[in-house]
Amino acid sequence: MKYMMLLVSEAGAWESIPEAKQKEIFGRIGQWWGELNGKGKIVEGYQLQPVHTATTVKLNGGKPVVTDGPFAEAKETIGGYGVLNVANLDEAIAIAKSWPGGGKVELRPVVEREGM
Amino acid sequence: MTTARRKALDRLRRGKTYMEKLSLLVASSSNEVRGEQDDRLRLIFTCCHPALSREAQVALTLRAVIGLTTPEIARAFLTSEATMAQRIVRAKRKIVEAGIPYRMPDADELNDRLDDVLAVLYLAFNEGYLATSGPSPARRDLAEDACWLSTLLMRLLPNEPEVIGLVALMQLHLARATVRFDRAGGLILLKDQDRGRWDQQAIREASAMVERASWLRRPGPYQLQAAIAACHAEAPSWAETDWAQILLLYSSLLVFWPTPVVRLNRAIALRHVAGAEAALTELQGLAVELKDYHLYHSTRAQLLRELGRESEVPAALNRALELTDNPAERALLQRRMG
Repeated sequence: MKYMMLLVSEAGAWESIPEAKQKEIFGRIGQWWGELNGKGKIVEGYQLQPVHTATTVKLNGGKPVVTDGPFAEAKETIGGYGVLNVANLDEAIAIAKSWPGGGKVELRPVVEREGM
Repeated sequence: MTTARRKALDRLRRGKTYMEKLSLLVASSSNEVRGEQDDRLRLIFTCCHPALSREAQVALTLRAVIGLTTPEIARAFLTSEATMAQRIVRAKRKIVEAGIPYRMPDADELNDRLDDVLAVLYLAFNEGYLATSGPSPARRDLAEDACWLSTLLMRLLPNEPEVIGLVALMQLHLARATVRFDRAGGLILLKDQDRGRWDQQAIREASAMVERASWLRRPGPYQLQAAIAACHAEAPSWAETDWAQILLLYSSLLVFWPTPVVRLNRAIALRHVAGAEAALTELQGLAVELKDYHLYHSTRAQLLRELGRESEVPAALNRALELTDNPAERALLQRRMG
């Protein structure tokens, strides 16, 4: 099964970590990601630029409106994502529990359709 | 109390020292379970999967493992059949769509996963046992069903001390279940109950279980609560209750469950060891967190009365009355108003 793994953290949480510590965490994330990617457990994914770079396009009927910022004002923002290819939710949970970046991880099964 | 019992209680209180050995012990115990038993366990752990809400876990466990009908579950939880049916359908759908596997947790996750199962069983039991609307038959049955399933779980996982502790706790409560109400359905407090009518056989069995669990040297909240219940059940009278032991057990329970309600219960034990003044001081620290909990206010009223602060009693009793709908408890509070 494939799961979208959304990596969530509080806005500003990352910036508040001292640089040396940031580097260390980055190192661990790189290793973690590389291992899971090598095993085919993470099939794709990216870290995202900070939330202040976000642009939202609203299509709620009528003319699309482009605005600055994320789709919802929230204390927590999505810092990155990965797509997992694993046997079941328990395997996805085990991976999420080992995520070195802290914060929260949301797991959502993707809709898999034939020929897509 | 016998020396053996006292030693068992000491072991239980010794803290979490042995927790680290858990995974090793679990690995050996789960290997012993086979075939149909494996299947039953897989079903229990799937129904109590942490990706389901607690409500859904309880409903699904009662439906799929115990085999209650949806109307029966709805009656036990005082909700409509439609609500309960929808809750069960949604839970089943989540299992399929989110890919919750039908499997026994690995040794290294068993500890956490077992916590969920025990919480579900305890919640179902309490829903039946505490029966906020009195001793209605449908709800009493629920407590017995939860005890039955816990006993089954104990047979499947014989080396899990917390499972043994939960079974002992339920059995100790059930041993005095019928004595808690008078003929009119009014609540009879522990200190006024006819101890001769308690089920002594069940109490002996449960106390032996508490002792057996303590030998596994992995204390936990259910074993501690069972030990407290056993202290009450074994006391020949209210006056002869071993409050010092109960106070120590509550202090240990606080390590696992540092909740305001446990602190309130500990304060009540403290009243019998160190007096009403000491207990009231403890209660002061809970005033904010428990401001909407009726037992906080009724306990406070009792302590104030003992200390001769009669003018403050009515306000506390009134607040307690405002906060409970339970007819039996309301009647009791009204009697105290005098």
